[in-house]
Amino acid sequence: MNLGLMFDAMVVLPSGIGLTLTLTVLSLTAGFLLSVPLAFIRAFGRPGLSLAVLAYTYVIRGTPMLVQLFLLYYGLAQIEAVRASIFWVILRDPFWCALLTFSLNSAAHTTEILCRGLQSVPKGVTEAATSLGLKRFQIARLVTFPIAFRISLPAYGNEVVGMIKGSSLASTVTLLEITGMARQMVSTTFAPYEIFIVAGAIYLSLTSIAVKAIQLLERWLSTDGHPVHRRKPRLRPALADHEITTPPLP
Amino acid sequence: MGGFTTQFVVALSVTISLALVSGCLGTAFGLFLAISKGTALPRVNAVVTAYTTVVRGVPELLIILLIYFGGTTLASKIAGRYVEVNAFTAGVIALSVVFSGYATEVFRGAIAAVPAGQTEAAKSLGLNAWQRWVFVIGPQMLRLALPAYGNLWISLFKDTALVSIVGLTDIMRVAYVGAGSLRAPLTFYLAASALYLSLTTVTLLSIRLAERRYPALGR
Repeated sequence: MNLGLMFDAMVVLPSGIGLTLTLTVLSLTAGFLLSVPLAFIRAFGRPGLSLAVLAYTYVIRGTPMLVQLFLLYYGLAQIEAVRASIFWVILRDPFWCALLTFSLNSAAHTTEILCRGLQSVPKGVTEAATSLGLKRFQIARLVTFPIAFRISLPAYGNEVVGMIKGSSLASTVTLLEITGMARQMVSTTFAPYEIFIVAGAIYLSLTSIAVKAIQLLERWLSTDGHPVHRRKPRLRPALADHEITTPPLP
Repeated sequence: MGGFTTQFVVALSVTISLALVSGCLGTAFGLFLAISKGTALPRVNAVVTAYTTVVRGVPELLIILLIYFGGTTLASKIAGRYVEVNAFTAGVIALSVVFSGYATEVFRGAIAAVPAGQTEAAKSLGLNAWQRWVFVIGPQMLRLALPAYGNLWISLFKDTALVSIVGLTDIMRVAYVGAGSLRAPLTFYLAASALYLSLTTVTLLSIRLAERRYPALGR
């Protein structure tokens, strides 16, 4: 074990964190935006449409992400029409290929997670919303989705961690994120375990932060905790003859 | 596809044997860790928790690279001459480590879900620790763990593709070589995805079958 090399790795490898986080955050965002409508279709859509979404999630979740990445990065170049089209500018760039693969992957996983959440929203809640006169879109936006999101948050946390870990695959298409930097350092120093251990520690801290953040979000969104904290201080007196009291400054 | 059909058949058997060997080893190790986490000293408990946290928080690819390249360096240092850890061995070790990390948590959760009254009843019947695990807790726990455990097998089959990066001639590697030599990446990677999809489908169907055959007791 060479401590000097480990120290070098600790200085060099964090410069890859930026790319890892960019890939992760962008693909999670794109995946989430794509998955919300897909999850609604999958849960409540017509059988034909629901089956089409299922086919998409099944194929994506049933094949390794590495194969999908290579299919996009190397495979699409085989089609002449793709190389002639304007999309080629995007598809020949490893960054966009990786981002596209990760987004499609994340969308498939998130769709299934949200779909399970949507299906476990109690029927009485939506019936109550209907009887209050809300439109279908309002029910989805104000009632079903917020409840489903809270239900699926723990599972979504796993997806976030999975995406941070999955972004290491970008190193196979020449991108220099944490794993890519580590592999490059190993090929010049021939000291595999020092450098890979440091890289692993960086990933571990990233995933731990993600897990903590999701837990905080869960607690913040949970309705059965202490709703008092989230209520605005009451300026109006509870009774008509009481004085108006201002809340003490924090 | 030229002469690559036979290569794909061989590669398929490599992928399947890699998954089966590491899955079985990982299950055994995961069971051992889950049981020791529940019963033993708090220090053992902390070590097992640290192990599962680290394994589940680090990319599988990095673990494979660490064990393949690091393993060769380590084995050479111990043996005093150059020893190469081959890709299959490194893959088996890495995937078993990953699998055991997840399996420990799955089994741990299932053990905790078996009602405490079962253990107490078994104790009052005079069963010893071994008999309690084999006849009372084990069967109930395995049934409870089955759905989550099945998902682990599906991810395991997908993770085997990563071992191709360190040069194991599995499905992914054959597709890579074929795509390069015949200049037909789309065909080869589509073939590879079809093979992986059929592997995960077979796994999924066998889990569903097992779930129907062994449903959770008392639900």
